This record gives sequence, structure tokens and C-alpha cells, in this order.
Amino acid sequence: MTHPVDILLVLVILLNFLVLGTPSLRMTIRGAALQGVLLALLPLLVHRGFGWRVGAIAVATMALKGLLIPGLLEKAMRDVHIRREVEPYVGFVPSLFLCAVGTALAILFSGNLPLAPEHAGTLLVPASLATLLSGFLVLTTRKKAISQVVGYLILENGIFVFGQLLIEAMPFLVEAGVLLDLFVGIFIMGIVINHIRQEFSSLDTELLSELKD
Amino acid sequence: MSLLLVLGGALLCAAGGVPGLLLRRAETGRRLALAGSLAGSLLGLAGAALAAVTGTVETIQRSWPLPGAAFHVSLDALSALFLAPLFLASAAAAVSGARSFGDEAHPDDAPRTRFFFGLSTGAIALVLVARNLLLFLAAWEVMALAAFFLVTADRESREARDAGRLYLFATHVSTLVLFGFFALFRSASGSTELVPLPAGVAGSDAGTALFVLCLLGFGLKAGLLPLHIWLPPAHAAAPAHVSALMSGVLIKTGIYGIVRFTSLVPDPPASWGDALFLLGAASAVLGVAFALGQHDLKRLLAWHSVENIGIIVLGLGVGLGGRAAGRPEWALLGFAGGLFHVVNHGLFKPLLFLGAGEAAHVAGTRDMDRMGGLARVLPKTALLFVAGAVAISGLPPLNGFASEWLVYLGLFDRARATGADALRAAFGVPALALTGALALACFVKAHGAVFLGNARGEAPQPHGQPASHGEPPAHVGPMALLAAACALLGLLPAVVAPALARAAAVAAPGPVPAKPLAELASLGTVGVAALAVVLLVAAVALLLRRRLAAETTAGPTWDCGYASPTARMQYTASSFARGPVGWFGWALRPRLKGAPVAKLFPASARFESHVLDTVLDRAVVPVFRAGAWLARQGRVLQHGKMQLYLLYVVATLVALLFQV
Repeated sequence: MTHPVDILLVLVILLNFLVLGTPSLRMTIRGAALQGVLLALLPLLVHRGFGWRVGAIAVATMALKGLLIPGLLEKAMRDVHIRREVEPYVGFVPSLFLCAVGTALAILFSGNLPLAPEHAGTLLVPASLATLLSGFLVLTTRKKAISQVVGYLILENGIFVFGQLLIEAMPFLVEAGVLLDLFVGIFIMGIVINHIRQEFSSLDTELLSELKD
Repeated sequence: MSLLLVLGGALLCAAGGVPGLLLRRAETGRRLALAGSLAGSLLGLAGAALAAVTGTVETIQRSWPLPGAAFHVSLDALSALFLAPLFLASAAAAVSGARSFGDEAHPDDAPRTRFFFGLSTGAIALVLVARNLLLFLAAWEVMALAAFFLVTADRESREARDAGRLYLFATHVSTLVLFGFFALFRSASGSTELVPLPAGVAGSDAGTALFVLCLLGFGLKAGLLPLHIWLPPAHAAAPAHVSALMSGVLIKTGIYGIVRFTSLVPDPPASWGDALFLLGAASAVLGVAFALGQHDLKRLLAWHSVENIGIIVLGLGVGLGGRAAGRPEWALLGFAGGLFHVVNHGLFKPLLFLGAGEAAHVAGTRDMDRMGGLARVLPKTALLFVAGAVAISGLPPLNGFASEWLVYLGLFDRARATGADALRAAFGVPALALTGALALACFVKAHGAVFLGNARGEAPQPHGQPASHGEPPAHVGPMALLAAACALLGLLPAVVAPALARAAAVAAPGPVPAKPLAELASLGTVGVAALAVVLLVAAVALLLRRRLAAETTAGPTWDCGYASPTARMQYTASSFARGPVGWFGWALRPRLKGAPVAKLFPASARFESHVLDTVLDRAVVPVFRAGAWLARQGRVLQHGKMQLYLLYVVATLVALLFQV
């Protein structure tokens, strides 16, 4: 637990709990944003050598996840006048409990994975899986479209942590591709949110089931 | 040098249509597309000819930052043989199409169609030279998609959209199968390039699976009989110059795939040859039988493509059988015949489609039973259509005879062997002969119904203008060029014999017969005989004309008691073909409506007969109905709740994690 990376990752996991436990939309967005900023520091810590590539990834990640996307989301929140997530499918306390179970399972599970020796001691894999599961939890239990976007954001954060294992092997292109995907996804979601509001005058995604045919 | 010419030509063809998409002035775009098409085809043709004549193999290999992929292209005699008709037919069809599918009649669709026409020409050329599996698949897919936009060129026609959907389905099934095929090929050969398979693979289960996947994937594109379902509707609905390109050369990429694959197998089993042989024979005979039952002129030609693909595959089957039996002369004759027919079909089928398109345009319908008498309005088209018909029926002096001659010789040679080989040949010769006879009957019907007699509907007016408008050179020129190529190959088959033999040697690696192909098949004699036929026909025609001129007396004809005959009393295309359609009733399943006239002074009666595609209607459609029913049962899962959809994803992910 002395590794600086691990301290960062523990903070990331704690932020998962924050996002799942609060009914305030602003808090969830800020939580996801903070998680993004912490993750942006991750490449610098995992790789001691400060190459231009690693620096570029860190800067781009921070700009996108820490500033641009949360900014867009907060603007959307202001536009549609929604502050709180009411009546999620699963309550806040049960969500926290599920998140705890998921985190525990992730830690247990990652012990069984055949990892490279330099990653085996760190929390990289458990944190990645736990964040992934929390993202899914937000996605499946929340009704408001903005919460769903935050869920995708957290899901992607989990994938980003996992990507740190492969940063040596993975081309820069893949990183950039993931970021671009996310950005476009959020952008489209923003447009969709606007249209849902115009069409249904509410942001509950359960109303979307009317569109299934 | 030759490879660079071909690649440059393909690039020019593909790029020629791009300015037309951006420019506001349609005329400039049309000129540029045409120039690109012509210059590209000329370059490509020169490259293909150079490779076919010299027989040198050129290769370019560049790495590509994608795992398993490389820009690896190579031009050998086999590729050159497929490339030559591609560029010739594409140039002819482009010139003809620039007029017949022009900006005046189709202001929205014409620039787009020119672009996709050039793109598909370039993509076909790339398919034919690609030697890397991924490059091949990429080019294959570009070709397939470009052809989809060509089939649906006329977006406002419902028929074209339906045909396009069926084509898209078929072509994607083909690509999917090819993905499996190449994956298996990669694991069998250990390379992502098209390299020979190690000996012994062909006899194993993996070899059988490879062959079946190859037949399925490439057979779907080629239109081999049970897999032909997309072909008749697509060729009928597409504009004539598109049908010419697709039927003449695009479907040949399927044949190319089969030939290229079998050439990479060092020890093909005899059963592979038999499979090709049987499929080819069935495709040839039934293809022409279905063609006889059609009312739609272009659909009839499309069914003839099925027939000709059958003849080609029959030839390949003979050749492959020869390789398995260790008889190089069968292999040479079979492969050379099949490959020669590829070239020939690539010349006469575009010729026929261009003629049919013009006839249908002038008559305002594709229904042969409503046409008639068009020879008076389109005399040159009618004459050139006869040339195409003679060639496709396999009659001397044109090229169809020369290629079928080689296949026949291969079969005769095989018949002289003993045992099972003789039996197969004894089955193949009558099948080929039957095909030729029925094809002749079919084209007598088509030509008679369309060009001879009197107009059955209103008097035909070319392009809605007076008859003096005539046939512009942009229409007659390409047809004449193709007809001249047909005549050249028919009269001088010995000229192309060395190129054919080289291509056959690529297709059938191994020992070659001692005698050259021209001598083995007496192609010199064939040329002389063809010339003799020309002279004989000319002499008889001259004699008849002289005698007719001398003896003609004017007077009333005996009118069979019909005082005032009308155009409706002529033999229609359907009545002409009624006999053969009846013989093949077990396969064609003609649908008849209306009763025959029974008594004297009958009341008004009507009779209709339709020949649909038996495979499509009786097998494919019911299967897909059942599939759709099954799929509807799964609609329970699609309830529209996004959160639950995401839960499916989580469940799958967790299940996968537990597998680790």
C-alpha cells in the first residue's frame, strides 16, 4: 500500500462509492470529474519515464474527463433544471452495498488472474474491475439520462485503468480512439437528452420503452 | 511494368467518378468520369495484355501497419486473363452507360452511379491481383458494396431496391463465409498471404471444409446454381451498363476465387473435380431452362449468366479431375476451356446486355411479349445482338464455340479413359450439348420476339423521338467493339492459345502435356473452319438474295382464313418456349393461370404463365419465413428498458469473467 499508484487507486474506488451514494446530480458529476483528474495522473506514476507520449495522454485525459465532459454535463443539468436523482430502481443504500460486494469480488477475482510481475502487487486490476462494476451499477439502477452518461463515464474510467497495464504495448492510437469514442458518445447523449426532454418533457429513460418498435 | 499499368488503370477508373460527385456541372463530371474510365481501362488492358503475352510474374509487396495485412499484389497469367475482359467490358459499358443512364434522365443518380461504376471496376482489378488475405477481403467488400449502389442506381424503382436488398444479403453471406474460409486457410497454410497449402491438407477434414467454404463463398458471388438467387433480380433491375459489368466480369471474381484456391492445393482429390463437374452441369442445363421460361429480356440474359457460369465450372471440374487423375492433357483442356469461356462470356454478355438495354429503353418495357419489330428501329443493334446470340449459343464462327470446343475436347479425352472417368464424361457431353441447343432455342426466341415481327404494343419510338434519330455511335460503338473482339477470338483462337496455356498452367500447377495447346486442340483448324462457316453463310445469303430478287412477285398471301391479321397473332416469346419449358416443368414449376380454349365460339379467355425462381421461392423464402418466426419469439427480450439491456451486458461480462 506504499506505492503512490495504490493511494491514487484507493481514492478512485472511494469516489465510486461517492457517486453511487449521493442523490445530488451535481455531486455525481463532480465525483466522476475528480475521478477523471486522478486517472489522468495515473500514467505519470505508473511510468516513471516522462515521455512526450505519456504526457500527451495525461493532458488530453485531464482536459476531456476533468473539464470538458463534466462541463457539458453540468450545462445539460442546468438546461433541464434537474438537481436530484429521485426514485432510482435500486435505492442508495442497497447500491452502496452492491458496490461494496462488487469491489470485494473484484479484489478476490484479480488474485486469480495471470498478470505480469510488475503489475501483480498493485491495485490496478482490482480498481479497474471495481470501477467497471460501479459504472454498470450506475447505468442499470438510475433512471435519469444524465446519470446514465455519468455511468458511461465511470465505466470508461475503469477501462482506462485497465489500459495502464498495456500502455507499453498498446499504440497511442488506441488510447486516442477510446477518448474520442467517449467524447462522441457523450456528445450524442447530450443531443439525445435534449430531444428526450422535448419529446417526453421528462428525462426518465423508462419512458424510452415507448420507442422500442 | 505490367503490374504498375494495371494498378494505375484501376486507380484511374476508381478516381474518375470522384470529381463528378463534387462538381456542380454534371457535364464536366460526366466527361471526367468517362475520360478516367477510358484511360484507366486502356492502361489496365495494356498491362494485362503485356502480362498475358510475356508470361512474366510481377509482384509488389509493401508492409501495412495492420496485423496480418500487407499490400501484396501480384500479376500472373491467370490474373491477366481475368483482367483483360474486365477492362474491355468496363470501358465499353462506361461509354454506353454515360449515354443510356445520363444526367438528363437521372439528374440525381447519374453522377453517383458513374462513381460507383468506376470504383467497382477498380476494386475488381484489385481483387484479381491481391495476394494478401486481408487485402483481398477489403477489395472484395469494396467491390460488393459498390455493386450494391450500382444495382440500386435507380433509387425510385421499388424493383431495384428489392433486388438490391436481396443482393446485399447474398453478398454479405458470401463475405461472411469467406472470412471463415480465410481464417481456415490461414491456419492450414500458416501464412496470411495466398501461398500454396502444404501437401496432405486437401485430403483431411480441414481440406474438405476449405473446399466447401470456397464453393459457398465464391459460388454465391459467381451465381452457381443453388446459390444464384440474387442474380436474376439484380441483373434485371440494374441499368443495362451495370448489368453488363456485373454479369460480364463481376461475377467472374467468384470463378477466379475458386480457380486461385484450387491452384494453391498441390493434391486436389478427385471428389473436388466431381463436385465442380456436377454443379457446373446442373447450373448449365437448369440455367438455360430457366432462361427459356422468362418473359423479361434482361432476366433471361441473367439466367444465361447462370448457364455460362455452369459451363465454366464444368470445364474447371474436368481440369481438376485431370489433375487428380494425373492426366495433364485433361487438366490443360479443361482449365483452358473454362478460362477461355470466362474471357468470352466477359465479351458477349456485355454486348447482349447493352443491346437488350437499348431495346428495352426504346420499347419502354422489358417484357418480350410486348416488344417486337425493333429491328426496323434499331437495325444495327439487332445485328450486333445476333452476333452476341451466336457467340453465347456456342456456334462457330464466334468465340463461344472456341471455348466450348476446348471443354468438349477435354470431355472426349476423358471418355476414352476407362471406368468412372468415362462415365462422368458420358454424362458431361450430353449435358453440354443440351445446354448449347437450349441456348440457341432461347436466343431464337429472344431475338425473334424482340427484334423481328411487328410491334405488339404501340409503335416503338427511339428515345421518344422520331425514328430518324437512329442509333448514336456512343451506343453502337461499344457494342461493335465487343462484337469485333468476339469475332477475333472466334476466328483466330490460336492467337490466344499461348496465353490460355500459361493461365491454365498457373491454375493447374504440375506436369504439362508435351504438345502445346493450339496443337492439342487443333485451334488452327477451328479458325479455318470458322472462316469457312463465314464464307458459306455469306455465299448462301448472296445466293438466296439473288434468287429472291429474281422470283419475287407481289400478291395477296394466303391468310389462313384470317382476313385481318394483327400483331397480337404473332408467336409470343412464351408460346415459342412452351415446349422446352414443359420438359423442364419438374424444375421450373411454371405457374399457369387461365384455362385453354375448349369449344367453338369461346367467350373471352385469358392465359398467363410465369416461371419464378424455384430455389428462391420454394427453399430460401420458406426457410427465412421460419427464421423470422423464430426471431419474433425472441422479441420478449426486447422490451425497451435500457437499464435491463445494460444488465444483459453485465451478465455476459460476469459470465465471461468466470470463464477465465
